[in-house]
Amino acid sequence: MTTITYREAVRAALVDALQRDDRVFLVGEDVGRYGGTYAVSRGLLEQFGPERIRDAPLSESAFVGAGIGAAIGGMRPIVEIMSVNFSMLALDQIVNTAATLRHMSGGQVSVPLVIRMATGAGAQLAAQHSHSLEVWYAHVPGLRVVAPATLADARGMLWSALQDPDPVIVFEHVALYNDKGELPEGAGAVDLDRAAVRRPGRDVTLITYGGSLPKVLAAAQTLAERGVEAEVVDLRSLRPLDDATITASVRRTHRAVLVDEGWRSCSLAAEISARLMEQCLYDLEAPVARVCSEEVPIPYPRHLEQAALPQPERIVAAALATMGGR
Amino acid sequence: MTTLDREPALQRLHEMVRMRRFEEKTAELYSDGKIRGFLHLYVGEEAIAAGLMPLLGAQDNVVSTYREHGHALARGVTARAVMAEMFGRVDGCSRGRGGSMHLFSTAHRFWGGNAIVAGGLPLAVGLALADAMRGRSAVTVCFFGDGAVAEGEFHESLNLAALWRLPVLFACENNQYAMGTALERYAAQPDPCRKAEALGVPARRVDGMDVEAVSQASAELIAAVREGQGPRFVEFATYRFRAHSMFDAQLYRSKDEVERWRERDPIASFEARLRQRGWIDDAARAAIDAAVASEVDDAVAFADASPWEPVEQLLRDVTTPRAAP
Repeated sequence: MTTITYREAVRAALVDALQRDDRVFLVGEDVGRYGGTYAVSRGLLEQFGPERIRDAPLSESAFVGAGIGAAIGGMRPIVEIMSVNFSMLALDQIVNTAATLRHMSGGQVSVPLVIRMATGAGAQLAAQHSHSLEVWYAHVPGLRVVAPATLADARGMLWSALQDPDPVIVFEHVALYNDKGELPEGAGAVDLDRAAVRRPGRDVTLITYGGSLPKVLAAAQTLAERGVEAEVVDLRSLRPLDDATITASVRRTHRAVLVDEGWRSCSLAAEISARLMEQCLYDLEAPVARVCSEEVPIPYPRHLEQAALPQPERIVAAALATMGGR
Repeated sequence: MTTLDREPALQRLHEMVRMRRFEEKTAELYSDGKIRGFLHLYVGEEAIAAGLMPLLGAQDNVVSTYREHGHALARGVTARAVMAEMFGRVDGCSRGRGGSMHLFSTAHRFWGGNAIVAGGLPLAVGLALADAMRGRSAVTVCFFGDGAVAEGEFHESLNLAALWRLPVLFACENNQYAMGTALERYAAQPDPCRKAEALGVPARRVDGMDVEAVSQASAELIAAVREGQGPRFVEFATYRFRAHSMFDAQLYRSKDEVERWRERDPIASFEARLRQRGWIDDAARAAIDAAVASEVDDAVAFADASPWEPVEQLLRDVTTPRAAP
């Protein structure tokens, strides 16, 4: 076991990929000389050179599209977009090109592209750097969307994503980069298809992903101290969703709280709620509850930002409400 | 200007007539309901594809637009496969999933039929990047219309290609209109070459109605790109004789203007030149028409006989099937 940060786990995954496959290269804004906005790629330029660690101009559409073109031309690009808010500038390439090429071409053109982007709030970066727009991408057939919430997934998901023949978007929550923990020696590729039960419990299922996982685990601990055994499901894959793991847990606990840093309206939580209604309504003993971000552009002041986001206290309260307010 | 030799000249005339007749047939089939959706005809612009495409090799890449029937045919995608695609049948070059605007053929490194204006430019940059990183001497030719020059992706892509010295020929088919908006009505700087030059891409304007001018200029530009001199931009001045699509009353241009351009019809003018050279006579010209008519009839029969995709297959090719674990 080694002690490592989430940031270092992502970096280790990049180094591993660059070493194992000479078709892999990293492109994005300030990934090279600057070392990455969140310092993820620091040192990689020196190790792998400017051909494979490519600083791009502030042209999200062009360098994402170039990643798509390079992927169909035989490379295995990893494109880094500084934040999900900036990815809106590349939405055309991601939604109209990467997601459609295989289908429009009648199955001739697969796009083995990996796009990494930072997401989420918590650093007082205000309303153009802090949003959680994962669901926009999770809406689109042809894309795969994953959110590593743990060190092992930060280390392992990148290689798995690179093995996928289709475009994969990897969301790294900014609040996780400094998380520190133990990573087993030899940690490597992980299964992208399955959600994971991060804490077993019998009373209520808390379903979440990405940067909300630590908050949900904290809430589960508080609940345990109050005699409520919460099961925590980490979605890991946002598209496709692992219905089997989600519904199996809810069928055991009969209660579900969905925790999603996206805005409530049309959120991933809304989608999962609908699936629970479709697939296990009669197993439920309480209405499905949602803890999402408040419907406001993320504000700058810390107290307002924190008030806008899901917090452990709100998660605890929502879980207790499903138990009849115990 | 150097002229084409006899055989290549006759081949290019044949190719232009082939595109023209093929598309005129598709317009009829549209009226018959065999082809639906949008249908954007290349009629009037044939000299560009006919002049440029034979200069490319099998390793080269072509990225195109939604007005791409001529590009696909000139690149070697069969008339059968293109027609069946426009019919929406499984034997179409994209299994019928794309239709007129999304012709693909990986065997010809023909990367579509992109119907987002300027959306193909970043893709072309990436294909060229892959070739450059792999040390291949391939060239990527990216076709787009003048309307694309107003898009951000044009500026981003030319900059990136020039910055990284990538082997892309940006081929702007300037037919004077972005759908129904004339160039001088949407561009404060109406000269696309100046924009390309400003982005660090050497640019050249060529008469897109003259297949020999297209051929000569393209040969020089492709050679420069292939030698590693970085990207090039070429503006082919041209005109579409027919409506933007089948739903266009053409309120934005005068019949006189259309007639003036029709006087420079790339097929008629090139045929007249070849007659002056004594390279073609009535019999040879009739032979081209007969061969093309036969090929188009065959393509229509093929498309009509091709099956529809069973609806049970609706969801295929959204993602790539995984190998069994």
